[in-house]
Amino acid sequence: MKSTLKFLIAAGAILAVAACSEEPASPEAAAANSGGSTAAAVDQSTLQYFQQTVGDSVFFATNASSISPRARQTLQRQAQWLNANLAVNAQIAGHADERGTREFNLALGARRAESVRSFLVSQGVAAGRLSTISYGKERPAAPCSAETCWSQNRRGVTGLVGAPTS
Amino acid sequence: MITTFLRTLAALMVAALSVYQAVAQSEDGALEITVAGGEFQPISVASPAFFSDGGEAANLAAQIRQVVMNDLVGSGLFRSIEETAFIEQVVDFDVEPTYADWQAINADALFTGHAKIEPDGRVLVKFRLFDPFSEGQVEGLQFFSDPADWRRIGHKIADAVYAKMTGEGGYFDSRIVYVDERGPKGDRQKRLAIMDQDGENLRYLTSGGDLVLTPRFSPKDQEILYISYERGQPQIFLYNLETQQREVLGNFPEMSFAPRFSPDGRQVLLSLAQGGNTDIWVMELATRKMRRLTQSPAIETAASYSPDGQQIVFESDRGGGQQIYVMSALGGSPQRISFGQGRYGTPVWSPRGDMIAFTKSSGGQFQIGVMRTDGSEERILDASFLSEGPTWAPNGRVLSFFRETPGANGRPSLWSVDITGRNLKRLNTANAGSDPAWSPLLP
Repeated sequence: MKSTLKFLIAAGAILAVAACSEEPASPEAAAANSGGSTAAAVDQSTLQYFQQTVGDSVFFATNASSISPRARQTLQRQAQWLNANLAVNAQIAGHADERGTREFNLALGARRAESVRSFLVSQGVAAGRLSTISYGKERPAAPCSAETCWSQNRRGVTGLVGAPTS
Repeated sequence: MITTFLRTLAALMVAALSVYQAVAQSEDGALEITVAGGEFQPISVASPAFFSDGGEAANLAAQIRQVVMNDLVGSGLFRSIEETAFIEQVVDFDVEPTYADWQAINADALFTGHAKIEPDGRVLVKFRLFDPFSEGQVEGLQFFSDPADWRRIGHKIADAVYAKMTGEGGYFDSRIVYVDERGPKGDRQKRLAIMDQDGENLRYLTSGGDLVLTPRFSPKDQEILYISYERGQPQIFLYNLETQQREVLGNFPEMSFAPRFSPDGRQVLLSLAQGGNTDIWVMELATRKMRRLTQSPAIETAASYSPDGQQIVFESDRGGGQQIYVMSALGGSPQRISFGQGRYGTPVWSPRGDMIAFTKSSGGQFQIGVMRTDGSEERILDASFLSEGPTWAPNGRVLSFFRETPGANGRPSLWSVDITGRNLKRLNTANAGSDPAWSPLLP
């Protein structure tokens, strides 16, 4: 038990280093890069594994809610994970960048969350396990007022309900 | 604090002072306001120190006069004549002024006041407004109130001067409810706050524990609608300012938001997300019965009634980008009215019915503007990194909105502007603030 924990901490550190040393081409790149680094000893059922290795976030173009090819890969991994961890439900949060009005962005966030939800359902995840919520522009992940941040804020985040944290 | 407000309602009585036999308002008593162009001249107003019976009344008299002047000059339509320029020293509230002395210093308006404390503890304030050029009194009023509510007397006097001199309704005895903001951009603490339109008498309506957005004032009652995340999904709450009772409007599986009262206060336009798609509905408050007004795969939201309740204006991206549409309040086929470069949202119908205020984004900026209800005569009143969410003052002549500055340390602030584009100014708030909503004139 103790050694597993140590390993997780070490794996986390490596991921952090990787994220720093390699500038991601898109916000999803960090999550996608780490996909191959899974080791047999890692507990794949944890929230940490889902967030860092599977990738909990997908990103959208301005004013759009369509699933990009890269987002599709992330969501396919999410669906695999959810299909393997049937005790865990998920709430998908849709977000928008700050370049829209408040109410429109709430509606846009809802549309993005639904886009993610319906893709996961198409991958075999039971609809009853998935809920959605929109935060519009209220909860940006990156605070700067430039496209580098806005592209990280136009996102759908799959939040797990009932998964062990680590 | 709410009790103060209740007391005000109960105690503040307004009556035309019959003994003054107010001169019938002449056609030329109301000055024309020039809407555009550089030829605008503020109305020059003179006010000698208010009279009093001394003691506490003297302080109140001075403070009330100051509130009146601050309101009038702050509107951008009035200019205060310095007391050092006065020729006549008015020595008695009940004596007519020497009009020639006020004509000589070009006073378009002259008002005087008198405050005394009544045996029952209330304050009695009398007020007279003269037009030196037509040589007569054009208004005479008296107000009784709890001395604690003296600011409202000042606002009511200012409204009376404004109305008589401009021919338009006043807006000073009103409040603004807004969202007080603190903390970093990624984790803002938002609280509902309410203040007088001049920034005084601030009080908080929610604790800050839950994300709250977009308060909206009832045009009829002391009630507001707002959005809270306190039960998970964003939901619409109805808050009664007098009883402090709150209730959630409806129970929907997904988000409900973008509420606005109908002009009679009996219905609420709102937006519902269903399967991630947002459409506009109307709820009858008494029965909670819902009726759907739009049905399309596009986003339809931010609906607002015309003051006669016959039409609604809303935003939709059914044509690709976010644009403004007008439709019968019963539903039907919407007409697009915004055709300029950029995206248009947050339409709000003026209480006068003649204009629609909006937020426009184009060229990397956000703008506040007004247009006729057919979309013509678009006029941009403010532009910045983010200017958003106009709300009308009760007289339909002034807008408030918020600006947010860019960057990780960006903060929102409240602003107001005349619909002519003049008198753009920042409003005083204790902290950062967004989502202002102007109340109707207080009763």
